Amino acid sequence: MTAPTYDLGKLHGGLRLDAHKKESTVSPIVQVPLPSQLILPIEQHVGEPAQPSVDIGDRVLKGQLIAEPDGELGAPVHASSSGTVIAIERWPVARRFGDKAPCIVIQCDGEDEAFPGWHHGDYRELLPADLLLRILDGGIVGLGGAVFPTAQKLMQARTLEVEYLILNGVECEPYISCDDVLMRENARDIVSGAQVLMHALQVDVCFLVVESDKPEAIQRLGEALAEADDPRIVLKQVPTIYPSGGEDQLVQLVANREVPSGGLPTDVGCIVQNVGTAAAVHNWIVNDEPLISRVTTVTGDGVNSPVNVRARIGTTVEDVVRCAGGYKGDPRYLIIGGPMTGKSVTTDEVPIVKASNCILVMSDLPSAGRELPCIRCGDCAAVCPVQLLPQQLVWYASADNEQKLREFGLTDCIECGCCDLVCPSHIPLTANFRIAKGRIRELADEKARAERARQRFEARNQRIQHEQRERDAELARQKASARAAGPDAIAEILARKREQQRKDQSE
Amino acid sequence: MRFEQREAPYWAPQTDVASLMLHVLAALVPAALAHVWYFGPGFIFNLLVAGIFAVAGEAFMLWARGRRPEVAIADYSALVTAALLAFALPSLTPWWVTATGALFGVVVAKHLYGGLGFNIFNPAMAGYVVILVAFPTHLNLWVAPRMGDIDYQHLTIVQTLAFTLTGNLPEVLGFDAISRATPLDVMKTGLNNMATVIEIRANPIMGTFGGRGWEWIGNFVAIGGFWLLIKKVIRWQIPVGVGIGLLAPAMVMYLVDPSTNPGPGFHLFAGHAILCAFFIATDPVSAATSTKGRLIYGVGIGFLIYSIRTWGSYADGVAFAVLIMNMAVPAIDYLTRPHIVGHREESDADG
Repeated sequence: MTAPTYDLGKLHGGLRLDAHKKESTVSPIVQVPLPSQLILPIEQHVGEPAQPSVDIGDRVLKGQLIAEPDGELGAPVHASSSGTVIAIERWPVARRFGDKAPCIVIQCDGEDEAFPGWHHGDYRELLPADLLLRILDGGIVGLGGAVFPTAQKLMQARTLEVEYLILNGVECEPYISCDDVLMRENARDIVSGAQVLMHALQVDVCFLVVESDKPEAIQRLGEALAEADDPRIVLKQVPTIYPSGGEDQLVQLVANREVPSGGLPTDVGCIVQNVGTAAAVHNWIVNDEPLISRVTTVTGDGVNSPVNVRARIGTTVEDVVRCAGGYKGDPRYLIIGGPMTGKSVTTDEVPIVKASNCILVMSDLPSAGRELPCIRCGDCAAVCPVQLLPQQLVWYASADNEQKLREFGLTDCIECGCCDLVCPSHIPLTANFRIAKGRIRELADEKARAERARQRFEARNQRIQHEQRERDAELARQKASARAAGPDAIAEILARKREQQRKDQSE
Repeated sequence: MRFEQREAPYWAPQTDVASLMLHVLAALVPAALAHVWYFGPGFIFNLLVAGIFAVAGEAFMLWARGRRPEVAIADYSALVTAALLAFALPSLTPWWVTATGALFGVVVAKHLYGGLGFNIFNPAMAGYVVILVAFPTHLNLWVAPRMGDIDYQHLTIVQTLAFTLTGNLPEVLGFDAISRATPLDVMKTGLNNMATVIEIRANPIMGTFGGRGWEWIGNFVAIGGFWLLIKKVIRWQIPVGVGIGLLAPAMVMYLVDPSTNPGPGFHLFAGHAILCAFFIATDPVSAATSTKGRLIYGVGIGFLIYSIRTWGSYADGVAFAVLIMNMAVPAIDYLTRPHIVGHREESDADG
């Protein structure tokens, strides 16, 4: 039997960007000291916010459940250390829409006492379905930044005959190196996590994908794979091109399959998990520790010594930056995430959440330059990994032409920002597309509302017509019975009516 | 600590319009020097006149449209228009002809359509065609190319400047004494007079393969063009398309009957085909934008150049070819939209 071969697909466009990763990878991962307070948002995943299951004043232990999942895409939240719940309130967070979100605030007692309730035993003895439920309890979400609840993603994949598990070690965005150092230092955990995921999914092929500019990570993973002696897991190297690490892009690159528009990788037989997620699954299923900490890169020219840290979820950025030698000078910008897709925030009181892969502190950012009209050079289309025509989209976006925006694939835009970088006219394309997408959603909502109103209106009309018909029928029936009773009866009825009217008038 | 807020991405743009335009201007320098070497200093005066009027026209229109003139002038696009126009003009061109072309290109073809980015037609070619139609006799005063073995009289710098300013030659010189038909003209006239290509090429002005002077200017244009390709200011589709569109029919016709059809080498180097391929047709604003569309656009221009030269009444057809294909751009772009990743093919075809 010959070994199966897999095509390496080709990604359209993309950019080679200065990596800026060396600064933060010279030293090993540093553990952030236990802070005095932990701020735990109840919404750290794509679905409905979790429901707090603790009250103010409750004592909680490290790893204890403090908010239960709600809705289809919910994920639980656990306490990252032991202490007392002192508040459940809105707190500044880094997220796309809005600046504040409800958080559970824990005053740490410094004991860091672990919750004793988690014991999983050997996962290999579990049925895949039971293992999936267990993964759900760990509060694990996609750590690449999309924070899709892992268990639900796996469950979806289980129902759809998925062939490949793809572990995403393609950390293509500049400055971010948390996956790189995790692969270097915790390669075994990642491989073990991959095995857990494969058992849960019942798939036999796992691609562990790493960019070729991470030789040390590749070496460590290779060693871990040799040790695990698991031929189902295949290490693959891909060229370093931004944004190959995007989920759909990686599927295209590794499996040579296009994820359908509006669909998921599972539609083409693939499921993608970040390497950090795999390590988190290992921590939970094998080591009984739910997702209460993560590796984050602290970097940029606004910190003294860029480094990767392991921080408890809920530690404030302020506390984390202290681990990187504190701020250098008086930095102007704080970005949670990378320089291409991150979110610029106004305060360092925001906590590290499950999505926080990078804290980028910049003394200054390059000025975008004056915006000029589009000269239709087409460079944006040349770098678009989805093969959109940004020059057309920006035109339709300014005209608010919803139909054309859909036709030209606005909703397929992954907001990677490549087009912004190559635009000689310095048009903020990605920002325009974000706004236009919001507008399309609004229009869709408006349409849905209008449709509901129309349905209600029609239902009401029908009801009125129905009642009218019934009244007419009743009247006709009465008339018919009166006629059947004969002329005397009709005269008698009319006389009675006149008598009644007279009475009414005299009153 | 408090921070300022910005929208992603937070990364410096890789280029800007002014830098692109400056690259184009720089890439034209070798060709400009060659032009001056072979056809005298008239090119410089044309360039100056065209530049002054193009920039003045642009400034005026920006002012009239309530924009800030200094911002848009700093993108150098008016100068690129002026330079391309200057290359299209004979070295002896009276200033008002050049000025008319430059002003029409910038004021009408560019700004009346909305300015940089909105013009449908290539401003330089629109301006050129207007003066070609309006002042046909002023656009064939090509002086003889400088060559040791042909004894033409050459104008001095002062005489050239005087002509540019007044449109008059020194009394001792007639137009016939200093000007010569271009190789394309010679070829066209010769073929119309039933001469064979070999007979026509015996004229020393025809040079080795593309005409004295022209063939070397063509080479220097190509050097600049390749530099733009390397610098990624332009992409290969349009130059290659123009080449295919022009050379393929030329080759076929040449093979069918070499006595009445000049070869592809002549078509490439005589006239402005190379300049068109690298510098004129690649004007992004008026060209197609998709990869496939650019190839089609280039092929269309090349084929039209060949058609106009061979079957039309003009000796060269670059300007008309470009303007005609400019009109086809919206259709080309619409029909060559790339496949959006993740979309099924049928959804690409409809709509």
